Amino acid sequence: MNTLLSLFLNFMQFGLFGVGGGYAAIPLIRTIAVQQNGWLTEAVFTDLVAIAEMTPGPIGINAATFVGLRVGGLAGAACATLGCIAPSLVLVTLLSWLYARSRGSQAVQTVLRTLRAVIVALIASAAIALVRSAAWAGGRVDWAAALIFLAALALLRWKKLNPILVIAGCGLARALMHAAGVV
Amino acid sequence: MSGTGEARPKRGKLLWTLFHSMLAISAFTFGGGFVIVSLMKKRFVDELKWLEEDEMLDMTAIAQASPGAIAVNASILVGRRVAGAAGIAVAVLGTILPPVAILGVISLAYEAFSANEWVQVLLKGMQAGAAAVVTDVTVSLGRRTAKARDPLNLTLMALAFVAVQFFRVSVVAVILVAALIGLLRALVERRAAR
Repeated sequence: MNTLLSLFLNFMQFGLFGVGGGYAAIPLIRTIAVQQNGWLTEAVFTDLVAIAEMTPGPIGINAATFVGLRVGGLAGAACATLGCIAPSLVLVTLLSWLYARSRGSQAVQTVLRTLRAVIVALIASAAIALVRSAAWAGGRVDWAAALIFLAALALLRWKKLNPILVIAGCGLARALMHAAGVV
Repeated sequence: MSGTGEARPKRGKLLWTLFHSMLAISAFTFGGGFVIVSLMKKRFVDELKWLEEDEMLDMTAIAQASPGAIAVNASILVGRRVAGAAGIAVAVLGTILPPVAILGVISLAYEAFSANEWVQVLLKGMQAGAAAVVTDVTVSLGRRTAKARDPLNLTLMALAFVAVQFFRVSVVAVILVAALIGLLRALVERRAAR
């Protein structure tokens, strides 16, 4: 099969079945890129996971771009990435339309109210996981990271600073600490 | 950008703001779907006041439960709500451009990149920042939910937290079960109203 079409269709599979996002998606990417198509070796796949963790953006998009570039150059990257988002474009647009239409209904409001409470719990759980992975290293507290975290939280809560500036500032703060030999 | 011109003079500006907001948010999203959703909440609900907090939570639920990248799903939902089909186009473009561009550059020399000590250091700091953003959003949302004093919702919130945090139940399963419970609740309420 044509490589570009194959990239599109395979990453469309990912866009269709990769529910839950993030790390839940890694095995599916491995199946597609390593086992079914032989586009990546296991070693390169491991590198891809490491790179995806270190760069911003959804892991599916990262993987699609990475694999697409290697297999089919820029056109390959475009096809794989488009394949990855195509199912979302159709399905989520449909859901968005349904949501806008039915939002006024009493029954839908009850369902949404229930969902919102659960989403708050899920965000809380994500916050804990993020704090742990940021400030906990090798079985002990990373005090520099904990300090940066607390300072960032204070700036966000009480100074209402722009969160993107805060995130970038945290990176710089850590770099300064590193340059000063603290961490 | 949009062809409506004089009829809706602010449309071009609206789309531009949507685009560069998503571009900036996406470029700084380390750590998965809930980070981007938290950043979107702060930008579109708190700062620009384009959406209500409830809408953002609803969209989070839909984005999480749908297949595909959560960031892309959430940008489709917000984009359509703010500016229809053109909104979807610019929001999705803004969301995927940073990872595509960054990965494109890095894949040329990824060994040098991932082994670089300064990259590691910056990243470690930014992780702490992303954790702070999501914690901040959690505190705001948690307070609001607690104030609503709906006992069933508070119970479900606690159960969902325990399920995900201690029993590693998948987020999608939790959302689907909660939707089912909400549906049952709606049926019971409707029957009671008769």
